[in-house]
Amino acid sequence: MYAQMIKSTGQGVKSLDEMDPDERAFQERINAGGKIEPKDWMPDGYRKNLIRQIGQHAHSEIVGQLPEGNWITRAPTLERKAILLAKVQDEAGHGLYLYCAAETLGVTRDDLTRDLLSGKMKYSSIFNYPTLTWADMGAVGWLVDGAAIMNQVPLQRTSYGPYARAMVRICKEESFHQRQGFDIMMKMANGTEAQRKMAQDALNRFWYPSLMMFGPSDKESVHSAQSMAWKIKMNTNDELRQKFVDQTVPQAEYLGLTVPDEHLKWNEETGHYDFSEPDWEEFFDVLKGNGPCNTERLEARNKAWDEGRWVREGLLANAQKKQAAKLAAE
Amino acid sequence: MSDPLFEYLCRLGDNTLVLGHRVSEWCGVAPVIEEDIALANTALDLIGQTQLWLGLAGEVEGKGRDADKLAYHRDVWDFRNLLLCEQPNGDFGQTMMRQFLFDSWHVMHLKGLMASSNDQIAAIAEKSVKEVTYHVERSTDTVIGLGDGTEESHSRMQNGLNKLYPFVGEMFLSDDVDTAMADAGIAPDPASHRAGYDAHLDDVLTEATLTKPEDDFAHKGGKSGTRHTEHLGHMLTQMQWLQRAYPDATW
Repeated sequence: MYAQMIKSTGQGVKSLDEMDPDERAFQERINAGGKIEPKDWMPDGYRKNLIRQIGQHAHSEIVGQLPEGNWITRAPTLERKAILLAKVQDEAGHGLYLYCAAETLGVTRDDLTRDLLSGKMKYSSIFNYPTLTWADMGAVGWLVDGAAIMNQVPLQRTSYGPYARAMVRICKEESFHQRQGFDIMMKMANGTEAQRKMAQDALNRFWYPSLMMFGPSDKESVHSAQSMAWKIKMNTNDELRQKFVDQTVPQAEYLGLTVPDEHLKWNEETGHYDFSEPDWEEFFDVLKGNGPCNTERLEARNKAWDEGRWVREGLLANAQKKQAAKLAAE
Repeated sequence: MSDPLFEYLCRLGDNTLVLGHRVSEWCGVAPVIEEDIALANTALDLIGQTQLWLGLAGEVEGKGRDADKLAYHRDVWDFRNLLLCEQPNGDFGQTMMRQFLFDSWHVMHLKGLMASSNDQIAAIAEKSVKEVTYHVERSTDTVIGLGDGTEESHSRMQNGLNKLYPFVGEMFLSDDVDTAMADAGIAPDPASHRAGYDAHLDDVLTEATLTKPEDDFAHKGGKSGTRHTEHLGHMLTQMQWLQRAYPDATW
């Protein structure tokens, strides 16, 4: 999940009878499975909540380029280099159309970028972890994209039209990303002793941070209840986390790797795996800016933005000159 | 001299490999998302072309080396790329100037190769020229946009041009390999592109309000492999590290 701890109105969900007529018509449309489009009336809270959620998702795609970009120049074959480049390029594309989706709600990409660079808006906690070996490219694709897909597949049915449509395209590409990650893990897990060691080490380091991607339990959260009523959140964090564990554990077994959780076991009664919770203290530390790579990631984005200023200004000035010349000629 | 056809194919493949690698260094840190996507696209095309050129080089050599073996297991003195391709990225302006100077030559060269007497070379050129036509269009637009943009963007582009222009001349120098290729009808004589290249460069630089350096001095030693710049070795230490550190592994 690329959006975590998104705040909603902070109030309980109103019943239909408590709503004014506009709000009621809006909610009934959502309840009936209808889509809300940019020019439709919507409650302020819905708009703000979506801007936070889509913005955080977009930022995650952009910052998410960094840990994988870290290995493009060291990719071990031409084919792996090309695949990784294509994947990171996809992430930039996802960021772009998510920013476009957010812009339909009356905010600009520059506004959102400023809030990312100042640290006011967050991106997914997972991208504050380092990628230390080539096996991490496998683990990121397999686990991180795998966890993202769990959340994004249901979001294809979300109530806000532009977000739902962006998600359809993103999901297609994410499933390719996950497959390429698993493919790297297969090669590593079936490779030399050093490669198997790298693969296990990558799983050890990325397992719990991947579980954290879904956010802490939100069974009691008023924010989540409102988001779910608006259908901009489709499942609880715990449901998605369980689904992810159930899907991933057999894959780890297939690879011959050990999930780093001594309490992990299949529960016949529930039909699900029992597993250990991640260290939520660590999660909140990362959110506060104390993850292993928070400083580097934000510095890298700020540096790219600051050093690119002259380019953006130069191209803009040129476009204005051309437009002025065109007008003068008319 | 080793087989001139092998040497020549390494030149083509090493140009795209080394420049593709350089461009890929921008991944995630370009000035704006659209540029990030476009740079990744260019790098991807160049790496794809590398697979074809070096793959063919390996076949021609007949010693069992494939494209990866050639890319990851040769040292500096065996690389045959133009010195221009290995120059560091510098700022975005220098990167785009390098791209423009290379693309303008690359597209002409590929068009010439489409008439090659070697069918495989003609086929790879035909596929590549479609991609490179887009590259040159984009790098030309960017050089014009930034050259004739703000005072700062103009001065950065002029600095990039001044720094990189001494690496242009190598593209048009002919040696024994080029002569052998031209005699066999495999590739055009590099010198034959100079006039067309200069005309294109003059048109674009005029529109970009940039001034071509007067000194035509040309560094050489890249495509012959006799004297690369210090930059290539550092690039290879990074690019080849995994293959060298774990020679028994497959990836």
